[in-house]
This record gives sequence, C-alpha cells and structure tokens, in this order.
Amino acid sequence: MKATLDYILHLADNALILGQRNAEWCGHGPVLEQDIAISNISLDLIGQARSFYQYAAELQGNGSTEDTLAYLRHERQFRNILLLEQPKSDWAYTTLRQFFFSAFQQLLFQQLSTQADERIGAIAEKSLKEVNYHLRWSSEWVVRLGDGTEESRRRLQQALDDSWPFVNEMFQAENFELESGVRVEELQAAWTEKVKACLAEAGMEMPVTSLTRHGGKKGIHSEHLGYILAEMQYLQRSYPGCEW
Amino acid sequence: MNTSIRRFFYGDIPGQESGGTPAPEGPKNDWPLWEVFIRSKQGLDHKHVGSLHATDAQMAIENARDVYTRRQEGVSIWVVKSQDIHASRPEEAGELYDPAADKIYRHPTFYDLPDAISHM
Repeated sequence: MKATLDYILHLADNALILGQRNAEWCGHGPVLEQDIAISNISLDLIGQARSFYQYAAELQGNGSTEDTLAYLRHERQFRNILLLEQPKSDWAYTTLRQFFFSAFQQLLFQQLSTQADERIGAIAEKSLKEVNYHLRWSSEWVVRLGDGTEESRRRLQQALDDSWPFVNEMFQAENFELESGVRVEELQAAWTEKVKACLAEAGMEMPVTSLTRHGGKKGIHSEHLGYILAEMQYLQRSYPGCEW
Repeated sequence: MNTSIRRFFYGDIPGQESGGTPAPEGPKNDWPLWEVFIRSKQGLDHKHVGSLHATDAQMAIENARDVYTRRQEGVSIWVVKSQDIHASRPEEAGELYDPAADKIYRHPTFYDLPDAISHM
C-alpha cells in the first residue's frame, strides 16, 4: 500500500520538529561530550526529515521541494505529534522524550521496513541504525537519572509527569495512517513493555493518569509550535529563496 | 560524600610523583577523565586520539563514539581511565633517553641490503 502524502509529511514533521528542539542544546549541553551527542542526534533526525520531505515533494509536484515543505508551510499544516514540540526543558525532559520517541520510532520503522511503501521502507531501514543508537543513549540516561541523585530523580519524575499525557497520541491512528496501511495501535503493547522495563531499572514507577492530549496529527497544535516555526522559517519568509 | 578530585590538563597523566600540572579550578565537572584509542580500520593498531570526561566506561565509549568517530574515523574504540596510566617523569628524561643517543650500532644501518628488497 502506498503511503499518503499526509502520512509522509507526518513522519517528516516529527523528525524535523524534534531535531529542531534537540538542536537548542547545541552549545548549552551539560558537558561538552553530551552537547555533541545530542547535536548528533538532532542532525540524524533532520537527515531523516529531509529524506521524507524529498519524497513528499516528489509526490506533491507543483515545484515543491524539501525546503518549501519545511519552511513555507503554516502551523496548521504541520502533522507532528504534540510531544515533540514541547520546550526542551531540562536534560531529564529532553532525554526522557527522546527515549519515548526513539522506542516508538524503532517499533514503527521495523514495521515500515517490511511493509508499506517501498520508498518509505528504504528510509525506515536506513534510519533504524540511528534510531537504535538514540534508544540506547537515551535509555541509559533515563536509568542514570532515575537511579542517580535525589535531584536527578526528582527531575526525571517531573519529566515523566509532564510528558506522559502526550504519549497516547503516538498510538492513536489517524486516517492518513490507516490509509497508508500503518497500524500504530499495534505498537503500543511492545512500547509499554520496553518503557516499563527501562523505568523499572531506573527505579521509577509507570505514571498513572487518564489525562491525554492530542491534536498534533490533525494540525491542532500547542502554543509552542508557532514559536519554533517563527524561528525556523524567519529567514525564508523574510528573504524568499535565499541561499547560503 | 566528600570527594576531592584533582584535574589535569590533557597529556599530563596523573600518577604518583610523576609530571603533570593540576588544572585550575574550572566549572564544576567531577566526572573522571578517560583516554581514547581508536582503530581506524581492521588490522591497524588502536591509536591514541584524545581524552574526554564520562561517569563510567560505557558512557566513555559512547562519548568517544560521538566525539571522535562522527566522521568515520574508526571501527573500534578503547577507553581507559587516565588515572590508570602511569607515565615516565619528565625530569628523568636525561637518564632514560639520552644514553641511547650515542649507540648507533643499535640501528640496523650497517647491513648491505639487496636492491630487490624494497620494504625495509
């Protein structure tokens, strides 16, 4: 089954927005080595976004390119999930969010690499090695922080409480996913098991809350996305077609 | 817990009574220093490429991967705690190395090699 344009944009937007968020750590990481680690992850994600946008641009035609898709679409046209556009907050929030998303991406890309659209499958397969590393890196941070000092544990607990309501959106199938033959809801059990095991190792409890927030896949975003786009798109909108 | 860790500049390996100047007090970072060795491709030796800070060996390897192999510099990484390396003392350089200076007979330069042997 061929992926729909909206689904490809959803995959691209997810990678771009988290890449942009992680890039905010560049020059501000807790130590030099981790500053480079998070910046590498950011660049991996932006690389994934480019592959997806290039494919989307080919499907859309009309002179659209990866750049027009990233820089000239409006907030309501972005299909990323809400979790990824939340502010980077502290190191605990950033690494926990990366862990949640990488665990999801790993399962999703495994599914995509065996079925679906051939082009999407190829991008997913190529990205899996990166994702496996992101998952390893971020899960170690979750364990380290949960099992660390009183302060690191408190911060990780705060990050868990803050991010948990956004988790469910990953597994709530949108039409563009169903039409592309992707079954995100089937990934939830494996994801939960993986997260539970990591949190147990970190000495943390799985959060219990019925509060869920979603809407990103439909283009209904939180107040934070507009600010990222303003920063990211400013140059192309002020100086259309500008190259450097 | 009260720990006191002396920091050293790169290249100055801490060791008992050896050379090495403690680094001035900088921003708080009491993670231990690790030396990194990278093998650039199969069959070659691991070469020292630099050092970094990490809390444990696992993190040191991952940091080394991110800091020293992001441009495809390597296929294998070794890390070792800098404090586990023992270095010769700079002030002993005279007695250690100078005596070899006038022992030219230790160099195999007195043999006539056939022209056919090119890789010596």
